[in-house]
Amino acid sequence: MSARGIRSVVLGVAWRNLHSFFSNPALFVPAMIFPLFFFTAFAGGLSRIENVPGFNFPPGYTAFEYAFVLLQASAFGGVFTGFAVARDFESGFARRMLMAAPSRRALIAGYALSGLVRALFTIGVVTTVAFLAGMKLHGDGLELVGLYTLALLVNFSAVLFGTGVAMRLRTFQAAPAMQVPVFLTLFLAPVYVPLGLLAGWVHAAAKLNPLTVVLEAERGFIAGDPAKAGLAFGLLAGIGALFILWALRSLRSAEQATV
Amino acid sequence: MSVALTLQVGTVARRSILRTLRQPAMVVPALIFPMLLLAINSGGLDSATNLPGFPTDSYLTFALALTFLQGTMFAAMSAGTNVATDIETGFFNRLSLTPLRRVALLVGQLSGVIVLALLQATTFLVVGLSAGASLEAGPLGIPVIVALSLLTTLGFGSLGAFVALRTGSGETVQGLFPLMFAALFLSSMALPRNLIEIDWFRTVATWNPVSYMLEGIRSLLIDGWNGEALALGFLASGGLAVIALAAAASALKTRMVRA
Repeated sequence: MSARGIRSVVLGVAWRNLHSFFSNPALFVPAMIFPLFFFTAFAGGLSRIENVPGFNFPPGYTAFEYAFVLLQASAFGGVFTGFAVARDFESGFARRMLMAAPSRRALIAGYALSGLVRALFTIGVVTTVAFLAGMKLHGDGLELVGLYTLALLVNFSAVLFGTGVAMRLRTFQAAPAMQVPVFLTLFLAPVYVPLGLLAGWVHAAAKLNPLTVVLEAERGFIAGDPAKAGLAFGLLAGIGALFILWALRSLRSAEQATV
Repeated sequence: MSVALTLQVGTVARRSILRTLRQPAMVVPALIFPMLLLAINSGGLDSATNLPGFPTDSYLTFALALTFLQGTMFAAMSAGTNVATDIETGFFNRLSLTPLRRVALLVGQLSGVIVLALLQATTFLVVGLSAGASLEAGPLGIPVIVALSLLTTLGFGSLGAFVALRTGSGETVQGLFPLMFAALFLSSMALPRNLIEIDWFRTVATWNPVSYMLEGIRSLLIDGWNGEALALGFLASGGLAVIALAAAASALKTRMVRA
């Protein structure tokens, strides 16, 4: 199969998804509003938290919460892309795509590309609002590249996870199966305070949560002290590889069930 | 109330209650999500109790009030969705051909969410107090918390019903969720108002009636019997209930005429 054929499938799927996303307020508005709600509520309502003894993050609480909202926007961008895949299966469109596409794996790549563009757009809006709210970044240019690369790797993993779930269950009823694990993983990281200030079982859960390392690396890039960056990139590479396998196996399951 | 009206209210209420309780997708998230967030927030923000001026040394006690408000918002979505489904399936059209009185229809339709709210309030209190939250008002505070919670549910439930009656669309009712979410986030849900550092956020939280609904319940848990907080809580919830019920009744009248 030619590279041109694969490229046309990838771009076609991505274009269709992005067009539905940007032209449908019911899809576009929640995807934009939720990260902004979280940012406003956490950075605005909880800013006094930086006065808690033991809290030490020189760029300030707004930047501390920006790191979480960046992660949340990236991860939920992936989950919402999974919703789009589920909708395509429910409407029967995915079945037609499976029959027509010269490369079915390219369908996954198309969804991943649309998830990436959606995440970039949301990240752009959240970042603009964060700067307007007075956020200060202490990291240099290279560290900022690291910050956004980590966010996009999270998005990539979340798209593959959501796409895999959608291709296995092939119904929009699968939405909670995509949303709840991502939501729990995000909120069982040190969202409001550094890991050392968490209490009880949340502290134990956060220590085991791989997103804790990613979040700490994000905050490290923002503060200009990327201590856990290598570990975070390694973890995300591993998680991404696992979810590539998951998505491909789910594609096979969808092929067997629908074609 | 006449015998005929009592019978009408009872019949519609029975249908509404059974319908709500027979939908695990409505009941389970309305119970689980608020408790999940309570568990996460009480561990994640426990260090906030070290802030000078924080009213209690247990964030669990502080955050417990939030579960009631989150529960009422889920209930509002249930009420609106049920009414919208009745309109979309033509059930309202058929009802308009019967001698059923409008008041019976409205009160009956809201009974399901009131029962759900009672179930939520009981569960949240049992779980919260078992987990170690305090109740400074003592056992007599329990019926007051439940009453305030039910009144708030009536208010938000009527709001959901109003939107459903006005638009006849379940999708529009779902669109209410981000707005309710915003009202909750822009309140004193995470910190007391006097500890909110950002001026505009504190101003919004002060004007936001949700802050007073939260503070009414919270006062019974933290302060004991605080007349001002309770009066403001009942005023905010009662005011919302009266306005939303009147709006829903007016929308119902229009809807029945149209049908």
